[in-house]
Amino acid sequence: MSERVEYLHVTPDALVGRLQSLLADGGRMQMAYAWHPRPGTTEVRYLAAPGPHRLEVWQCPVIEARLPSLALHAPLLGWYEREMQDLYGLCFDGHPEPYPLVIDGAARDAADGTPNPALRAPLVLPEVGDPQVQLLGFGPVRADVVESAQFLFFYLGEAIMHYRPRLFFKHRGMETRFEGDDPLAGCVLAERVSGVGSVAHALAYCQAVEDAADCEVPARARQLRVLLAELERLYNHLHYFGALADATTLKAGQAEGRLLEERLKQLAGRLSGQRFMRNVLVPGGLRRDLDLPADLAGTLGRLRGEVESYLRQLERTTSYLDRLITTGVLTRAVAFDQGATGPVERASGLDRDLRRDHPYAAYAGLPVAVPLAEEGDAWARARVRTAEVRVSFDLIELLLPQLQPGEVRATCAVRPSRCGLGWAESPRGSLYYAVHIDADGRLARVKIKSPSFSNWRAFPFTVNGSNMMDYAINEASFGLTIAGCDR
Amino acid sequence: MALWTLRGLLQGAASTDWPLHADGDHGQHGTFGMPRIAAEPCHDDCRRCEQACPTRAIGLDDRGHLAALDYGRCIACQLCVEACPSGTLQTSDAWAFGVRDRDDLRWELEPSAPAAKRLASRIEKSFRGSLHVRHVDAGSCNGCESELQALNNPFYNLHRLGIFFTASPRAADLLLVTGTVTAAMHEPLLATWQAMPEPRRVLACGTCAVSGGVCGDTYASGKGLDGVLPVDVWLPGCAPNPAAIIEALLLLLERKPQRVHGGRIHEP
Repeated sequence: MSERVEYLHVTPDALVGRLQSLLADGGRMQMAYAWHPRPGTTEVRYLAAPGPHRLEVWQCPVIEARLPSLALHAPLLGWYEREMQDLYGLCFDGHPEPYPLVIDGAARDAADGTPNPALRAPLVLPEVGDPQVQLLGFGPVRADVVESAQFLFFYLGEAIMHYRPRLFFKHRGMETRFEGDDPLAGCVLAERVSGVGSVAHALAYCQAVEDAADCEVPARARQLRVLLAELERLYNHLHYFGALADATTLKAGQAEGRLLEERLKQLAGRLSGQRFMRNVLVPGGLRRDLDLPADLAGTLGRLRGEVESYLRQLERTTSYLDRLITTGVLTRAVAFDQGATGPVERASGLDRDLRRDHPYAAYAGLPVAVPLAEEGDAWARARVRTAEVRVSFDLIELLLPQLQPGEVRATCAVRPSRCGLGWAESPRGSLYYAVHIDADGRLARVKIKSPSFSNWRAFPFTVNGSNMMDYAINEASFGLTIAGCDR
Repeated sequence: MALWTLRGLLQGAASTDWPLHADGDHGQHGTFGMPRIAAEPCHDDCRRCEQACPTRAIGLDDRGHLAALDYGRCIACQLCVEACPSGTLQTSDAWAFGVRDRDDLRWELEPSAPAAKRLASRIEKSFRGSLHVRHVDAGSCNGCESELQALNNPFYNLHRLGIFFTASPRAADLLLVTGTVTAAMHEPLLATWQAMPEPRRVLACGTCAVSGGVCGDTYASGKGLDGVLPVDVWLPGCAPNPAAIIEALLLLLERKPQRVHGGRIHEP
């Protein structure tokens, strides 16, 4: 297991004190999940980041299915606790919002194995006394080609009084799908958790299994993983600008962003055999070497010229800027407390990036610049992503001449009864995979912490008190996906 | 704003002339499609492809030879091809796997007697030139949505083919479904279908919608559209690329012939 992660045993009574001292020292919680070390016993694991370069796992035994809730001290843990309540039947004493989030756990116990519509978590809305305030429910089937989710607005004229996203319509139980599988085969599942994050999910999963197996990945494979991950960031960020131009009714800007995204996806398809760059990674390295065309650097250089010209044109468009500046402000304090991640947190002044802080693949040998902004509005989020596009091109330009020859796959011999932790800075932020291997060498538990699970938690704080006209722009400026959140 | 218009005009037309011209650029060069079954015989008791397949798409006979492959379960992950020592399963660039009959996705070593040729036309002529599509995500990984959104980018420019996405199911001719039909999306999916005027068509887009894909066995995921809605065209793929989706839409409109019959590709 990685030396970069410290594993500690914490008793339920000591949890709150430990969390308070972590927060007092400027640390932050990352995620929490439950698993069964043995049939009939449950353990909750908390992932904490005490400082910029350290990670700790707190292992806490669960006694009679109860633990003290930490959500009042670290609000970002509120959703993790509710998820454990729904999926593992745990009770968190003192939780401020103790109702179901992902599914109605009671319906799951009553189920006969077939998916049951009663699984959907019941809707719990705040009581609103003023008869002038109206409720607008939008979704889960919404206009345009989008993912399914329901958005509920309490509004008065143009003003949004309260906003509640109702997610998890797409909950597929993906984490349980891994259980019992061969750890080497699980990568194709990880690639299908969130399609536009296929590389990041595969990478975090592979690194978690490699951590559990003490496997060293060959240098060339680590470098090619960086190439794939940065290409994924590029097509995602260009998709983001197309969507933001669409939300600000800049049709020509939308078309150009979408076309640049398409060109990157076609390039990804030619390099890897699949437009989302699936079916390449495997624990131990890559399934096959990539046959990089001789003119790849030239192709990317020309593409970069077009992308830079497009982004400059966006930054010169006053109608676009007018609608982004001051829209959807996420303050630094809310971003920190609610667990915002990726470009969203960096646009609110939080300086974190797993590629730099906890380097993986070949990032340790590359200068990863981490662009920041302070304002926390839609314009800041767009600026951070613009700068990240440039960083991605820079990283690929540095990487290509350094590519080493050699093997791309090492033997990844998974040993029984081990656990591992893997992570990746996906285009949307921090992504963690925790894997547990059982006594037979099969997967006993896989926990997926996706960046959109974190950012959906923070997003409503920027909607409450805003107005209907800004909603679509604000949502586009967060660049959220739902599949990764719902799993 | 005027600058954007000028910029767009200076960049010229970006749309491909495929599929209107068969030799046009479909944009999928270098990508892998569904595995191809070659004439090379299997090794006895090999079984590696069946063990490698994450979606149980492969069936063996009692010698351990490949006997059946359900392309409706295939996610084109290439694991069977990599596991195959005899060259029976090979990579291919075949991705246009839309069919009208679910059984046409099932390859068997000994094909049963070919089904009687279907009626030449099942869709009214008046629909063929213009189709309005309501998409419903019934629990996908967002890969299919990403490729569906790509259909409206300037390269594929779906509008030029007379096909449009529409917001209201009441204005839609086709329900295009992605995802496994999760427990929570079952009711909203049926409500959308019921809100559509007749005649209404259904396209199952992606292996999840065809059979449940990689996640078809959990407490929440569902197993695709089989038994949920009457499907007119089944399109496996993980994710089907934009050109494959265009082919399937044109197949529905009877503007393109079906290429795959009994799991075998028959070039028209």
